[in-house]
Amino acid sequence: MSETTTTAAPSEKQTTGATIELENLTKRYPGSSDPAVDSVNMEIKAGELVIFVGPSGCGKSTTLKMINRLIEPTGGRIRIGGEDVTDMDPVKLRRKVGYAIQSSGLFPHMTVAQNIALVPKMIGWSKPKIKDRVEEMLDLVGLDPGEFHGRYPRQLSGGQQQRVGVARALAADPPVLLMDEPFGAVDPITRDHLQDELIRLQHELHKTIVFVTHDFDEAIKLGDRIAVLRERSHIAQFDTPEAILTNPADDFVSGFVGAGAALKRLNLTRVRDVEIRDYPTVTVDDPLQEIFNKLRDGTTNELLLLDKRGRPYKWLRRGDLMRARGSLARAGALVHDTVTRDATLRDALEAVLTESAGRVAVTGRRGEYTGVVDMETLMNSVHELLEQDRLDAIEHQHDLQDQRAEQTHRAQEGEGAGFTEDAS
Amino acid sequence: MNFWDYLSSRHEQLLADAFQHASAVFQCMVIATLLGVLIGVVTYRSEWAGNLATLTTSTILTVPSLALIGLLIPIVGLGVPPTVIALTLYGLLPIVRNAIVGLRGVDPSLVDAAKGIGMSRTARLFKVELPLAWPPILTGIRVSTQMLMGIAAIAAYASGPGLGNEIFRGIGSLGSKNALNQVLAGTLGIVVLALLFDAAYVLVGRLTISRGIRV
Repeated sequence: MSETTTTAAPSEKQTTGATIELENLTKRYPGSSDPAVDSVNMEIKAGELVIFVGPSGCGKSTTLKMINRLIEPTGGRIRIGGEDVTDMDPVKLRRKVGYAIQSSGLFPHMTVAQNIALVPKMIGWSKPKIKDRVEEMLDLVGLDPGEFHGRYPRQLSGGQQQRVGVARALAADPPVLLMDEPFGAVDPITRDHLQDELIRLQHELHKTIVFVTHDFDEAIKLGDRIAVLRERSHIAQFDTPEAILTNPADDFVSGFVGAGAALKRLNLTRVRDVEIRDYPTVTVDDPLQEIFNKLRDGTTNELLLLDKRGRPYKWLRRGDLMRARGSLARAGALVHDTVTRDATLRDALEAVLTESAGRVAVTGRRGEYTGVVDMETLMNSVHELLEQDRLDAIEHQHDLQDQRAEQTHRAQEGEGAGFTEDAS
Repeated sequence: MNFWDYLSSRHEQLLADAFQHASAVFQCMVIATLLGVLIGVVTYRSEWAGNLATLTTSTILTVPSLALIGLLIPIVGLGVPPTVIALTLYGLLPIVRNAIVGLRGVDPSLVDAAKGIGMSRTARLFKVELPLAWPPILTGIRVSTQMLMGIAAIAAYASGPGLGNEIFRGIGSLGSKNALNQVLAGTLGIVVLALLFDAAYVLVGRLTISRGIRV
């Protein structure tokens, strides 16, 4: 199914994101002295996922809606992919910019397929092409086309509706996708899933995504860069999640980051980035005597028992076997939790804390044992990470200072040159 | 002569009257629906225009139908014109009010979404707002039709068409042996027509309201 689509729409497959530039973007509502959004300057790179995060009423949503001109700016310019869209026909502009909102915004009187087909239909795609595209989009957001195609929005769960909402926004393959608190109205578990989906999607598609949220954890999880906005959409800091966590620009940002920046930092590193240690293991097929010997001779007082397929099964301590009178079935403590190499360090820490052994087994794709991560490794890595972040931040500041110094230097030289010219 | 004998002896006349009655109501309803929805679409966005439209149409409804027809006769003459004008005016109120309520009741986030994905104003109206407001509008149309069924009987006063003639003839000749039969036949005829129309609306609702928003 997706193959037919690839041939039908080859050009669309290759498009990636476009840059977005905001220049002195301002919104002033009539009758109020202070602008709602005050002179925002921002450059968003092509294919970047940028998060606007800030307290409610800070103008982040207004700023987003000015990008597709749902709210007309009263001053400043917007450029998408280098093209000035500030005075373009807004209806045409919006067809090139995907838009997904909270509570999905699906039209309840149309089927899932009709909802997704809306934009392709408006820009005049042929019927068979639209049909293929709808199937492809449903596939992309993880819904079975055959099953969901003809359903109405009210027959879907909140999470499914949100997926369809994203599919509709991406249907005409816009280079830019605007998302206005899209996961704000779903339960935490579904929200987590949807966030993972979005990360996966973005890996495949490389759109330029601007995402508004008031949830800082969501921002850290999703963003390539985060713009922390304060009142009137003033940018308090616009940087990578790592930089914001370890080096908040001011009290406002650190207040927003909240307590536990070090803990949040754990979300940004994966298990595969830290040292995964080897650990003595035995399998259930090994003869008992051998297990005994290993326990007695081993450097550690614990062994990891693997099941027939090499998956972590039990932690065996010295003496466990004695107490269980030599029966593997009764000896030892069951493995509660394992992590994959893709899990975040936060998940790993959680698992380490709950496992009685003080370490957690790392598993491969089919659940087979590949190593362990223990408390010590975690602590060391976190220290290293924080240290590295601090160094980066200092270097970054140095760079900035150098640049500034150079600029002033050049400016002075330029003046000097002007004088000499005048003199001659 | 009992009622059944009366019916069988006059059924041709009665059927012709019933048909004219139904056709007058139907045609006036078509005009009233088009006008009413149009007024709703034009006025619902503004607070005062919407209220003005509702107020005007409800004022018209408070004018007694006999008086309205009486007032229309010197202006447009006897027969069909005063009937059509009166019925259309009376039919407007429920439709205008429900159209405004329905259109205003469309979830603003859906209108926002429609704008956001690049629908023009017309597309928004015809593809999103009107389909979503259609169930209340259809209810308005149903109420209007029921009302017009009764009011159409008064049209006979201005020599208009329909079952009202039967009733007026009966009232005019009170005391004669067929007077009661005539009034009864006219009244029952209107009731039966109203029920038939209502059944038709249920069917129309089934066919025109999307399954996604049907209750």
